[in-house]
Amino acid sequence: MAVRDWEAVIGLEVHAHLKTRTKMFCRCELEYGAPENTRTCPVCLAHPGALPVPNERAIEQTIKLGLALDCGIAARAIFARKNYFYPDLPKGYQISQYEAPLAGRGRFRLPRPDGDREIGIVRAHLEEDAAKTVHAGGATGRSVGADYSLVDFNRGGTPLVEIVTEPDLRSAEEAVWFLRLLRQTIVELGISDAEMEKGTLRADVNVSVRRRGEEGYRPRWEIKNMNSFTFVGRAIEAAIRQQVAAHEAGEPVEQSTYDYDADTDRLTVHRSKEEADDYRYFPEPDLVPVEPPAELVERLRAELPERPADRIRRIEPAVGFDAAVELVTTGRDRLYDRLVAAGAEARVAANAVMNEVAAAGIDPEAVDAGELAKVLGARERLPRDVYLEAVARSADPGFAAAPFLEQEAVSDASALEPVVEAVLAANPEQVQTYLGGKEGVLGYLVGQVMRETRGKADPRVVNRLLREKLRA
Amino acid sequence: MIDTLRLTAEQASELVRRREISPAELHAAYLEAIAARDPELHCYLHVCEEAEGEGIPIALKDVIGTRGIPTTAGSRILEGYVPVYDATVVTRLKARGLRILGKTNTDEFAMGSSTENSAYGPTRNPWDPSRVPGGSGGGSAAAVTAGLAPWALGSDTGGSIKQPSALCGNVGLRPTYGTVSRYGIVAFASSLDQVGPVARTVRDCAFLYSLIAGRDPCDSTTVDLPHPVELPEGDDLRGLRIGVPKELNEAEGIEPGVSAAVARAIERCRELGAEVGECSLPLSAEYGMPCYYLIAPAEASSNLARYDGVRYGYRARAADRVEMYARTRDEGFGDEPKRRILVGTYALSAGYYDAFYGQAQKVRTVIRREHDAAFERFDALACPTSPTVAFPLGARTQHPLAMYLSDLLTIPSCLAGLPGLNIPCGLSEGLPVGLQLIGPQFGENTLFRIGHALEQALGFDPVPARLRS
Ligand SMILES: [Zn+2]
Repeated sequence: MAVRDWEAVIGLEVHAHLKTRTKMFCRCELEYGAPENTRTCPVCLAHPGALPVPNERAIEQTIKLGLALDCGIAARAIFARKNYFYPDLPKGYQISQYEAPLAGRGRFRLPRPDGDREIGIVRAHLEEDAAKTVHAGGATGRSVGADYSLVDFNRGGTPLVEIVTEPDLRSAEEAVWFLRLLRQTIVELGISDAEMEKGTLRADVNVSVRRRGEEGYRPRWEIKNMNSFTFVGRAIEAAIRQQVAAHEAGEPVEQSTYDYDADTDRLTVHRSKEEADDYRYFPEPDLVPVEPPAELVERLRAELPERPADRIRRIEPAVGFDAAVELVTTGRDRLYDRLVAAGAEARVAANAVMNEVAAAGIDPEAVDAGELAKVLGARERLPRDVYLEAVARSADPGFAAAPFLEQEAVSDASALEPVVEAVLAANPEQVQTYLGGKEGVLGYLVGQVMRETRGKADPRVVNRLLREKLRA
Repeated sequence: MIDTLRLTAEQASELVRRREISPAELHAAYLEAIAARDPELHCYLHVCEEAEGEGIPIALKDVIGTRGIPTTAGSRILEGYVPVYDATVVTRLKARGLRILGKTNTDEFAMGSSTENSAYGPTRNPWDPSRVPGGSGGGSAAAVTAGLAPWALGSDTGGSIKQPSALCGNVGLRPTYGTVSRYGIVAFASSLDQVGPVARTVRDCAFLYSLIAGRDPCDSTTVDLPHPVELPEGDDLRGLRIGVPKELNEAEGIEPGVSAAVARAIERCRELGAEVGECSLPLSAEYGMPCYYLIAPAEASSNLARYDGVRYGYRARAADRVEMYARTRDEGFGDEPKRRILVGTYALSAGYYDAFYGQAQKVRTVIRREHDAAFERFDALACPTSPTVAFPLGARTQHPLAMYLSDLLTIPSCLAGLPGLNIPCGLSEGLPVGLQLIGPQFGENTLFRIGHALEQALGFDPVPARLRS
């Protein structure tokens, strides 16, 4: 089998919990880890007569996200009911958006070493999350074979945005890179914690393969319920392997939903809910259309921070692609920007931020960039330990570069010459050894000069002077 | 001794205000009337022996959620269900001191036109107990007419306030959609459901409307009234233009006695100074019924999904979840909700949505525009509320379509979201005939004014002959 003859066609559906104080359609407070069923009310338990009232913060956050994804913002968005039965869906329908989502077609710039890839965004819509079902008893802990099920409605009604991409991603690595950058974009908007481990970020992946150069799409697999970036990548790899193998063996590949089993690194057909395929969407009659005022949209647009992808592209010319990616994805690029603005040389600043600042474990945001930039400017002339100490203290309140710069290495040859001559005169034996061809003794002589200058001498200058004097 | 048969809410309030009677004594008087007459009529599903409040009593249709008081919507599936919160309308009534007298019978989930679809047995018409009181709010309408409550609240989706008021001979208002909160009302069809008053006089009706109307933050579809409710006075209709929609006055199936009484009432409007002219609502008359019977069941099929046996209400014993759902809903729902859930599910299904639900929404827009056009020329429209007077129990239960035709004349304006007032305008075969007055959006005050003037002019005696002493 030759996987390289095939290309993957991957689209994602990403769900992120919004970071609002209360639920999407009621006033229950959202609190991760609260005791079961203590954050509920008639609305989120779907008691008779209870009606939804949309959370305006969640609407604003979704608009913000839409703007960050270059989506068109609907002048008139409509909530719709998605109907199906499941115990974790108390109303028997989920309030979502269907024909008129808050954010329509958009695009996501995905920086790659060889240029940008543009990933199409189909839509970003706002909906409510389902509650959490726990299957108890039985052997498997799953729905099938469980003795009984318990539902915790605390999570039910959490505002959720769903972002749907075009099938524009072409490899597992690219899909994971997109997901990471999308996650960072979401987190930096301040609208979600988007943590996969906590379930506040979830991704469903649609994967199919086709022969390179082939037009159109083959049947795709939808992979659900992955809780880490690593598993998303592995699941896609597994899907590609299994589909290519099936296609090459002439076996049918059917469109279906799969679960990824990390233990066996294989995909198995998903079976738990007998959900209806037909959700009977229709406009939610309990809610009026959402018509975001133009002023609101413009205000939110003005509040948008610079997106990670844009920052990578901005920094890249000065420091190279890899460094730009590392700076931005670690969130240290803000310090980098501040250092450069304070006069630091770009590559020096990038290296320092990625290496010494990272190693020191200090908060980049707390660093006094102006002072640290001075230290970076004198870096070559500072003794290593002095330099490291200065970096480590650069986030301390009242940090000043001056005391460290005073310890600048002596690199002025005229100042060092007398010391070098004195050391040579005091060590005739070593001089003879050196002249006899054992150049290794030079290190000893350098050490003596350093000792005489109490470490302040610039070792490179000392080295050069010693060699010159010995050659003479 | 208080004659609850004749006492209006306005009079009762006055008695309480003058301390001629205490709220508790008044409440007790109604309990006595209920004890005497309700065993025959079966207006109430639940009677509150005790109540709080310094005002007069009120009966509530059993789709209106009441904290601590059972609310069944006439369905087995909500048997024993006790809400943990009050509907907004109840909160507002309690804030004004009104005392809840009890919960009145209704067709299951307000689906029906005779109250025979109640899982707890039918209500009977106080004018003739062998006949239906109309529906779905037959319990509230019969209770008011029989002196078992001074007034009541009902809910109207396609005629459930107006039609029972017509058949029982009292005053019922279906308000403009969006003026009364639906929060806490067991939902049937969200885009059509409206709570409204049932009373013995137009003034009582208007006053009760003023207590419940206005924007509610808990119901996003509500709005504030553009102008305050005016209690009607006087009998002068000069300056008002009343339209008589041809199709709603000449529809097939309207009984001659009904036509005659309505025509006389319209003639009285002219005598009182109104300008009366003919108008036409051809599309509304022709397509209102099919449009309604797609939209209402579609919404109902979704609204009734929450009755699944998981959190409250009836739950059937079963081996697994899917069987539990199926049996709970099979045993919990009666025939009419099942029929509408099936129709509605079908209408929303992939491949059928555009042809059914989608098309019905377009027709609804057409109906709304047709009414808007009529209100460019008229301040109100007049026609019969029900094509017939009260019919015998059992006469239509085996014929769903015949039953649906009971709402032929009330449905179009409901689809248009417009207010409609029923007032009794005479008798036919010894049974009350209802006149329906339809107003433009927020046109309630005009309806009250016309209704009140006619009420004075017609001098209809709202006490059933058999109960007069
Ligand atoms: Zn809640």
